[in-house]
Amino acid sequence: MIWKHLGLPVDASAHGVQIDKLILWVHVLMIVLFVGWGLFFLYTIFRFRRGANPKADHDGVKTHASSYLEAVVALIEVALLIGISIPFWSWKVNAAVTESPDTVHIRIVAQQFAWNIHYPGKDGIFGRSDIKLVNEQTNPIGLDRAGDPHAKDDIVTINQLHIPVDTPIICEVTTKDVIHSFFLPVMRVKQDTIPGMSIPVSFTATMTSDQIREQLAKTITLPSEQKLEGIVALQDYAGKDGKAIVKAGKSVTDAVAKKLVEAGITEIRVGPRVPAEIACAQLCGLGHYRMKGFLTIHEKSDYQKWLAEQAEE
Amino acid sequence: MSAHTHDHEHHHAHEPGFVRKYIFSTDHKWIGIQYGVTALAFLFFGFCLVMLMRWQLAYPGKAFPIAFINHLLGEARMPGGVMAPEFYNQLGAMHGTIMVFLGVVPLAVGAFGNYLVPLQVGAQDMAFPKLNMSSYWVYFVGGVVMLGAFFVPGGAAQSGWTSYAPLSNITVPGGAEFLSRILTGQTMWLLGMVFLITSSLLGSVNIIVTIVQLRAKGLTWMRLPFFIWAQLVTSFLLVLAFPPLEAAGVMQLMDRLFGSSFFLPSGLVISGKELAVSGGGSALLWQHLFWFLAHPEVYVLILPALGIVGEVIANNTRKPLWGYKSLVYAAIFLGFMSFVVWAHHMFLTGMGTTINAFFQTTTMIISVPSIVILTALILSLWGGSIRFTVPMLFALAFLPMFGIGGLTGLPLGLATSDIHLHDTYYVIGHFHYVVAPGTLFALFAGIYFWFPKASGRKLNETLGKIHFWVSLIAINGVFMPMFIQGMAGVSRRLYDGGTTYLHAQDVLMLNKVMSHSAWLLGAAQLVFIVNFFWSIWAGKKAENDNPWEATTLEWATPTPPPHGNFTQIPEVYRGPYEYSVPGAKRDFTPQHLPQEV
Repeated sequence: MIWKHLGLPVDASAHGVQIDKLILWVHVLMIVLFVGWGLFFLYTIFRFRRGANPKADHDGVKTHASSYLEAVVALIEVALLIGISIPFWSWKVNAAVTESPDTVHIRIVAQQFAWNIHYPGKDGIFGRSDIKLVNEQTNPIGLDRAGDPHAKDDIVTINQLHIPVDTPIICEVTTKDVIHSFFLPVMRVKQDTIPGMSIPVSFTATMTSDQIREQLAKTITLPSEQKLEGIVALQDYAGKDGKAIVKAGKSVTDAVAKKLVEAGITEIRVGPRVPAEIACAQLCGLGHYRMKGFLTIHEKSDYQKWLAEQAEE
Repeated sequence: MSAHTHDHEHHHAHEPGFVRKYIFSTDHKWIGIQYGVTALAFLFFGFCLVMLMRWQLAYPGKAFPIAFINHLLGEARMPGGVMAPEFYNQLGAMHGTIMVFLGVVPLAVGAFGNYLVPLQVGAQDMAFPKLNMSSYWVYFVGGVVMLGAFFVPGGAAQSGWTSYAPLSNITVPGGAEFLSRILTGQTMWLLGMVFLITSSLLGSVNIIVTIVQLRAKGLTWMRLPFFIWAQLVTSFLLVLAFPPLEAAGVMQLMDRLFGSSFFLPSGLVISGKELAVSGGGSALLWQHLFWFLAHPEVYVLILPALGIVGEVIANNTRKPLWGYKSLVYAAIFLGFMSFVVWAHHMFLTGMGTTINAFFQTTTMIISVPSIVILTALILSLWGGSIRFTVPMLFALAFLPMFGIGGLTGLPLGLATSDIHLHDTYYVIGHFHYVVAPGTLFALFAGIYFWFPKASGRKLNETLGKIHFWVSLIAINGVFMPMFIQGMAGVSRRLYDGGTTYLHAQDVLMLNKVMSHSAWLLGAAQLVFIVNFFWSIWAGKKAENDNPWEATTLEWATPTPPPHGNFTQIPEVYRGPYEYSVPGAKRDFTPQHLPQEV
């Protein structure tokens, strides 16, 4: 749970703890150095102020303790580099090309200002796409559904990335236009999308959306001064007559809140409806700020159900 | 040498007229002042841009409260007083560009380098005075072109100060007419950059030759003030790192004006239409060329600042700098290493393990000389007799502030932790700590320190202290919260400050803290501006030619130094910081005096 102490987003990935651990240790080093230097600095300017020390010492510090200190800092940096950072990167690069029987492949095609998510469908093979077939309304990635049999069962969503939990995911990240950056804060994944390149990035979710929502749970007091939107109840709340006002997982709107207050319930536990998002991390034009997508992590069986629903549409 | 001597005699023969003296001057001191005043004006203008942005960040979607400014900016930029996203991006791109290329570098190198290098090495002028004059005027034209971009159709450049292709290639491309393609923000940006780079090259060649060729008799390499070393290394960085960006700038100009596609791969689809270009280019090529300059550029921003801090600390502790040689070697090593770290800005572009390991390792290596320099400057305080003058306050504050800037570079330099922090506000906080309360504080220290030499009058101390303390508090209020937002994962360059993102919700209120701090910081600069102009006319006169009782050669000149600088050719007898020499009567022994006095 390193993330909680550092103010990082929830970590719901298998590899994220490595990143968080490095962020933690580097900050420990930084804070120790800064506080150490800072105290020495403050003590020095106080002790050697002109009033207390009217005559300066030409030679000043005569020891070479600082050289040892510098060497120690360098050694700690080397340790972080060789102990965590380089091995992690090596793992990351390999993981992105390592197949396991249950690996799920998804293509991410960024564009100004949306995320096209391309699933290969039942056959597990991505259909061909061609920029000549691009139609922003009906076929944003130019999928050749007529010409390529593999394309027939492919699923394309916009801004909706759905994945199963506890399953290795490989996203092939690319872009139609400019450079974007595919950022999944809770998965500790960030990958620039480079025109003309398709870059694989791998991760495994360890929590479902429900579990992440539970991590983000908050108790709010009703009536709320702010407009309630995008939040759901985390447990059932019933009126005095025993009739349910809102069930776990259902939206808490202003109307619902009003009913709860009427029933004498003034404190409820809520969480965000979609607890994980896709952010764009690289300036990509005037709509960069609103290039947001949503990440939903299902139980494995629910994921299959979701895929089947999508295939029907 | 003989040409220079001749040139010098020539100047003495005819006293220059108004135009030659104040506009197209070849005197390094006047050019330095021209650079300084222009750069300070640009710095304030660049800061105003961001103060405007900070309104939108703190109160996204709300109308800017000053109607006069909304009216001035017009409906296209501020529809109904609310900033348009395009305009926000223009302000962001131009803030970065102006602060770095029109503000800090011209002030650190153009102003301080020009004014002080000949004085501190005991020369009568720069090696190439006419080149020096053209350097300023090319810079001036570059600045005019950059600012002109705000007035062309579609507004100024809006793809960040980094101008990443292909966004920069395709944004507001202009019409079919050639002229309409030139009069677009990004093209103007590129043309402006070509001027600015050319200016920097002229200036830095001049500084190198002056330091190598025109040192006074007896001024050996290890007797040079640390400031001169810093300028020398800086100038080499400029000479070697800027040409690749100039080339890249011309290539992007070709892409925008003549239909080449250096940075455009085939098969791009923009707004549903295939982009009609020949293709085959590489978007990443731009990043490599850009960062090959822009990382050494970081050290161009910081080395002159370290040099100034060194001078001010030695003078105000009344003792030599500790570890002078280690400072010099570390600065040189820093210069070399700065050429092999650029791709740490590109960790997330799809790097393999080997290249990634190389750039992480070089980045960790470059942290070592930075730590050596900072340690030497802090240890220099030990045993001193510290005078808390205004320049010293700025120089002292520089140390922990630059420390924060340097330390926060570590998690960004390690590729693994960079995955989360890359392109978040953490990065913005990091480099602003280096450049704002870092470099800019050092430059303020320099202005307060050398103002009496240039003008004959001291800046007002009370106003200086108000300027310092308010700036110190406000600037931390601006940049410290950025680390918190960055850790939470808030991306940089978001027009609404991250309002819609879930992971930003808990840290959104910090936007207000930062914005109000920024406006307070702006108010503190007004105190400086008033002090600056008031003191030129009515400030307390400097007691003598050497009011700080300093040791280096610039203080051996009349005040302000006349054309040709020295009344007699100076000769140097000792190192730069012989303060509090045991047995000497005074606590400073100037470099140019034959015996200790």
